[in-house]
Amino acid sequence: MRFVLLIDFGSTYTKLTAVDVEKAEVLATADDYTTADTDIMIGFEKAYSKLQSAAGNIAYQKRLACSSAAGGLRMVACGLVPALTAKAAKLAAFGAGAKVIQTFAYELTNDDVAQIDAIAPDILLLTGGTDGGNREVIEHNAHMLARSKRAFPIVYAGNRGSKDVCIEQLDGELHPVYATENVMPVLNKLNILPAQSIIRQIFLEKIISGKGLSREKALIEGIIMPTPSAVLSALTLLSEGTNGRRGIGELMAVDLGGATTDIYSIAKGAPSNPATILHGLQEPYAKRTVEGDIGMRYSAHGIVEAAGMDETCRCSGLDSSAVNAMLDRINRDKSMLPQTEEEKAFDFALAALAVRIGLCRHAGTIQQIYTPMGPVFQQTGKDLTEIDRIIITGGALIHSAQYTDIIREAVSVSDEQALIPRKARVARDARYILSAMGLLASYDQNTAFDILYKSFGKDEVYATE
Amino acid sequence: MEKKTLIIGVIGADVHAVGNQILYFAFREAGFNVINLGVMVSQEEYIEAAIEAKADAILVSSLYGHGELDCQGLRDKCNEAGLKDILLYVGGNIVVGKQPFEEVKKRFTDMGFDRVFGPGTSPETTIEALQEDLYGAH
Ligand code: B12
Repeated sequence: MRFVLLIDFGSTYTKLTAVDVEKAEVLATADDYTTADTDIMIGFEKAYSKLQSAAGNIAYQKRLACSSAAGGLRMVACGLVPALTAKAAKLAAFGAGAKVIQTFAYELTNDDVAQIDAIAPDILLLTGGTDGGNREVIEHNAHMLARSKRAFPIVYAGNRGSKDVCIEQLDGELHPVYATENVMPVLNKLNILPAQSIIRQIFLEKIISGKGLSREKALIEGIIMPTPSAVLSALTLLSEGTNGRRGIGELMAVDLGGATTDIYSIAKGAPSNPATILHGLQEPYAKRTVEGDIGMRYSAHGIVEAAGMDETCRCSGLDSSAVNAMLDRINRDKSMLPQTEEEKAFDFALAALAVRIGLCRHAGTIQQIYTPMGPVFQQTGKDLTEIDRIIITGGALIHSAQYTDIIREAVSVSDEQALIPRKARVARDARYILSAMGLLASYDQNTAFDILYKSFGKDEVYATE
Repeated sequence: MEKKTLIIGVIGADVHAVGNQILYFAFREAGFNVINLGVMVSQEEYIEAAIEAKADAILVSSLYGHGELDCQGLRDKCNEAGLKDILLYVGGNIVVGKQPFEEVKKRFTDMGFDRVFGPGTSPETTIEALQEDLYGAH
């Protein structure tokens, strides 16, 4: 087995990567527009002929694909308390590579069910209650969901004790139920891997074919995971290494897009100051969050809203009327590329603020409480202050000449409560290989690691095999 | 008999961890299902934990003297959150210095606590009270 073709059916671009497994080398990459609206293979074929002319006419022994086309894996998460099971459900869905369209807490109402039907999710994740804990709410929610008229599978990952009752309410043609372990079996303990593996199984079995991305058509072994889940697995591999290779340690990644911003951390996030008390829900070691209101074009207004006008002005050097004029321009033309000095300055500010907001929401917070015996600290979420590697991916960042300045500006926050990295070495996913290597890892970990290492791990040393 | 679930923790900005840890072991030993939120616990954390875990009682510890301030409004919030009949206890050194316990007790029962325990209460005393209130024993 020598040549492997890796395919990422992205929302905008279909990206191909040709790998020589024996040499642990990327031979060529190529891309073209994703054509999910018509026939996804049209875009694929265009990219493929570019790839073959760059790499030579190679016969691939294996073809693996991931996809975020046709809206990606669209999910709805339901839980009980917003800071507990509803959050656990959301973290589980994000980690499985999903786009969480909406999260519901407490009892679902008729309006909520109508809302869910309007969303028409690919999968609904139903949680609530610790094992032995609250049963009323999840059972009520199952009862309500039984009224939904849309067909979608439901992953049940709530209180064990309510499982049978809920399955009885729901399971059938419209809402086949896949039951698994509770996402929060014990208070504040997160258990999201079982739910994630079921989500992935459903993705493989049902969703791909539903979106016209069938395996026969693509001449590929199949689309084996959503794109973000491939990225998460590449980052985890790079961080942890394999049996014979030492990983580069804890890291973060930022994927700044036109509509959303994804943040990843592969890190324990334990308090850096020992006099700190941890609070709240445990967080996943490999964590992904998505900011739906933060993006360079479709969500540019969201950035300004979240950062505030003053900060946008300071960061861009423009006054508020110029900022508003810029927002109007972007609103009219979502594919706008910055040309004038003003436009460039504004894009710089948008990118830096987007990354900052994404990092701040992803990372934990710390509060200092003054007591007569001096200050004590209380931490919620992950402490990422000591992470010094950030990998950037996504068009808006990797094509910018100023990407290091953008990250530097993004992490220079005066807010001591935000536990984001303080200084960072930045590596760029210039050839878009992260998702490809996540795919390759499912088949050959060592080669995927070696290629990732060559691109992102420069100043580290190998452990000998 | 079905195991009852207790939420314990030290409220407010209080970091006195030892007594709470002792209570955790003692209550578990006595056959309760105990969720220990540790120190520096906010009112919201007790309530959210009690909802998800369908707890039968919340036992609030306060040692550093600010208990009265920290505990205000807890019963109202429980009611608001749908925890209507949940048992609420408070204990430790719940007020500053030495004040007549009957007065202290009255202030806390007026706040909605079902039982109020003075300094030096032994775990056994508390366990007996819990058994009486939760299982109707004695
Ligand atoms: C050790 C200690 C500390 C340590 C705590 C270390 C730690 N992380 O645990 C440190 C140095 C950090 C500390 C700090 C302070 N402390 Co201090 N501390 C003590 C000390 C000496 C022992 C506490 C202890 O562990 N006792 C042993 C355990 C087993 O007993 P317990 O905590 O009382 O718990 C038992 C019972 O009270 C009961 N109980 C407890 N909770 C509940 C709840 C319910 C529902 C029930 C039924 C029963 C119950 O059951 C427990 C098990 O038997 C006490 C004095 C004393 N001898 O009690 C002062 C004491 C509690 N501290 C006090 C004070 C004032 C402080 C400070 C505010 C001031 C300062 N100058 O440092 C700070 C506050 C810091 C903060 N933000 O919380 C005062 C409180 C006065 C008051 N309430 O009026 C005390 C009483 C000392 C005193 N006599 O002045 N302290």
